[in-house]
Amino acid sequence: MTALAGTGSLIRLALRRDRWLLPIWLVLFIVIVQSSASAWGALYDTPEERASIISQIGTNPTFKAIYGINYGDTADALFAWRYGATIGVFVALMSLLIVTRHTRAEEESGRLELVSAGVVGRLAPLTSSLIVVFGANLLLAAAVTGILTGAGFETTGSLAFALGLALSGILFATIAGLTAQITESARFANALAGIVLGATYLLRALGDTSEGLGWLSWLSPTGWAARLKPYAGEQWWVAGLFLGVALVVGVVAYVLNLRRDFGAGLVAPRPGPARGAASLGTPLALAWRLQRGLLYGWIGGFVFLGAIFGGVANGVDDIFGANPEMEEIVRKLGQGTLVEVYMDLVMGMVALIVSVYSIQAALRLRSEETGLLAEPVLATAVGRVRWAVSHLVFAVLGPALLLLVGGTVMGLIYGLAIDDVGGQVGTSVRSSLVQLPAVWVLTGFALLLFGFLPRLIAAAWAALVVFVLLGQLGPILELSQGAMDVSPFTHIPKTGGEAFTATPLIWLVGIAAVLCAAGLYGFRRRDLATAG
Amino acid sequence: MDTAISVSGVHKHFGRTHALDGLDLSVATGEVHGFLGPNGAGKSTTIRVLLGLLRADSGTATLLGGDPWRDATTLHRRLAYVSGDVTLWPGLSGGEIIDLLGRLRGGLNKARRDELIERFELDPRKKARTYSKGNRQKVGLIAALASDVELLLLDEPTSGLDPLMEAIFQDCIKEEKEGGRTVLLSSHILAEVESLCDRVSIIRNGRTVETGTLSDLRHLTRTSIAAELAVRPTGLDALSGVHDLVVDGHNVKFEVDTHELDAALKAVTSFGVRSLTSQPPTLEELFLRHYEDELNGGRTA
Ligand SMILES: Nc1ncnc2c1ncn2[C@@H]1O[C@H](COP(=O)(O)OP(=O)(O)O)[C@@H](O)[C@H]1O
Ligand SMILES: [Mg+2]
Repeated sequence: MTALAGTGSLIRLALRRDRWLLPIWLVLFIVIVQSSASAWGALYDTPEERASIISQIGTNPTFKAIYGINYGDTADALFAWRYGATIGVFVALMSLLIVTRHTRAEEESGRLELVSAGVVGRLAPLTSSLIVVFGANLLLAAAVTGILTGAGFETTGSLAFALGLALSGILFATIAGLTAQITESARFANALAGIVLGATYLLRALGDTSEGLGWLSWLSPTGWAARLKPYAGEQWWVAGLFLGVALVVGVVAYVLNLRRDFGAGLVAPRPGPARGAASLGTPLALAWRLQRGLLYGWIGGFVFLGAIFGGVANGVDDIFGANPEMEEIVRKLGQGTLVEVYMDLVMGMVALIVSVYSIQAALRLRSEETGLLAEPVLATAVGRVRWAVSHLVFAVLGPALLLLVGGTVMGLIYGLAIDDVGGQVGTSVRSSLVQLPAVWVLTGFALLLFGFLPRLIAAAWAALVVFVLLGQLGPILELSQGAMDVSPFTHIPKTGGEAFTATPLIWLVGIAAVLCAAGLYGFRRRDLATAG
Repeated sequence: MDTAISVSGVHKHFGRTHALDGLDLSVATGEVHGFLGPNGAGKSTTIRVLLGLLRADSGTATLLGGDPWRDATTLHRRLAYVSGDVTLWPGLSGGEIIDLLGRLRGGLNKARRDELIERFELDPRKKARTYSKGNRQKVGLIAALASDVELLLLDEPTSGLDPLMEAIFQDCIKEEKEGGRTVLLSSHILAEVESLCDRVSIIRNGRTVETGTLSDLRHLTRTSIAAELAVRPTGLDALSGVHDLVVDGHNVKFEVDTHELDAALKAVTSFGVRSLTSQPPTLEELFLRHYEDELNGGRTA
């Protein structure tokens, strides 16, 4: 079939382009599964401990909303309950991003045009990217099965658990293959697939928490992995649901791909204004146009996150208050009331998530530059620093806005529940904003790379991953304080209790400012990236 | 001030690539200067150095009396730039981009903008994502031509334009010239250069190899001569400026440098001319000679 000609070469091209990206993603998942599996066994090894967590799952709907329903009472089954849904979302996210990257993004950039002018058939880009992502997911499934079995988990269940992850990845890869046909913009294709993912998660949360609406979860692919029932009498036929839907979505994607013109989408873009609005005349206004979509998406996400964490906060006292040992453990993690400790913990996680936004916003500088879109601006009367600052504003103030939104919503939801809106909004906003300086250090690091080592700018992501791992695994692996201190997030003081001190915050802000200034200085002195 | 651009001895390396190797360039105020050279000769690099986007390793460059690196922002108010591959923000409409770039430069002439949009037949409401290559170039050209600037830096600006639009572009540049603006035009289209440029610089491997007016350059080209003579000619190969001589009995064919034409013809007529054809020099030939040398690994002409 000529439409598929060249698929093999495109697979090789994709593997070559992703020779770092794919292994890093896979290793990251493997490390996460490995470390959570090794930590899990000790946490719930007695029937009493398991009975207590199971009763909490039963009584607190926020648990079900985030993690889903648990189907078994063994430690293995509880592990699958706790990690299946969350890891599954990230596997799906990875898969959809990679598919878009090799289909619509290539087409939009015009690089695929070169390819398509050659001996490559029109279905080859979609086919090759799906094959690559399917392969990556199967590899992941094999690795996860191996790790879990090795960690002493039951084999059949481990296979079901791993299969659930891989099938989520495969299904959302296919969905991205479809959204890539619909719009002309890769960013928009990603956003659409991401919205589908978010919507299925919400649908599943709704179904799992509402009496009588349980059937809703069966409509949502994010619920299916749990319904494979790993370690709890596996229901293998659910795999057929994944495959059936993937097949239907895939066929639609292929039909659309065959029917549409090269470079075109399904929906013709609406025409824009014939003239630039009077406000569109500064680098900042341009940066706003380019960055606002990302910011809006994140604000939506943070309203959602804040609501979930606020809802869970209401259960914290119930859950741990009844369990003095657990309360003691949590207290050791920080100072202040149980809820304050919980807020600090949650916000520490939220800060890492906000860093993703901040790095994305800062990296826009580099993608504008390499896309040769900085050149026309810098060839006008706009100086380099002014241009760079116009995007930096988003990387610096965006996280503040997101933390404010997340903190407010969280305080509001929890405050409403305990009838103390005024007090709780203040507390949670305080513990969210206190995270900012650590986020800014990462922003500054990204800018420093942009100024001096622009080709290595992806190292900003690596730094974030290192900080995440230090924060998550450091205590489990009992790393030394010196190692933990590498992460700026280690230095964020707890807001609860009297021990709060602003000194580390001032230091972090100072470091971030120096990094940013150095990055701008480096950018002023270096060559702009050019084609050729 | 009568020199708009003056570049001398500029070097620029990209890793091991020696992109500019002591380049010289001088553009007088008010002239349209053609900038020619094979692919990879260093034209775009030169223009980017002049824009302060790249920093020269050594040598001096002056632009509108200022330093292109240090005074970039102030100089950019007085010039407009169009690259050979205009890139646009996919989500903005053509009209928005034209206005934006004009404003970032310090303002644009609204009436001229509308007139240019009409002449180039651009639909300014379309999102940039949907523009073809030619339409992207039009957006860049309109944004540049509609601003009141002293200097236009155009780097192969008409790549992708159809012949009709090419003609309109040439009309526009002639108007700019009448308006007293200076233009540096890098181009591959010889007809464009012949019809627009007062002077031309040809560069190769990052070095200027010819510079002068078009008639100066024509002078550097060769005329081909074919003649049938009364006797078998001798000694023609000793004449200076004669190339590719072929003597076949009474017939002779050769090429001669245009400035040696007189001496060569005198020598030929001394053998009694029965018939003679000559082919006038073309710029094409001159450029091809420089470009071919490039292909043949820099063999000198
Ligand atoms: N950013 C860059 N990195 C490496 N090499 C470059 C870069 N830009 C240009 N070059 C090299 O410099 C030389 C001159 O390129 P360029 O100025 O684009 O030529 P032209 O515009 O005359 O075709 C070429 O050999 C090109 O490959
Ligand atoms: Mg060029």
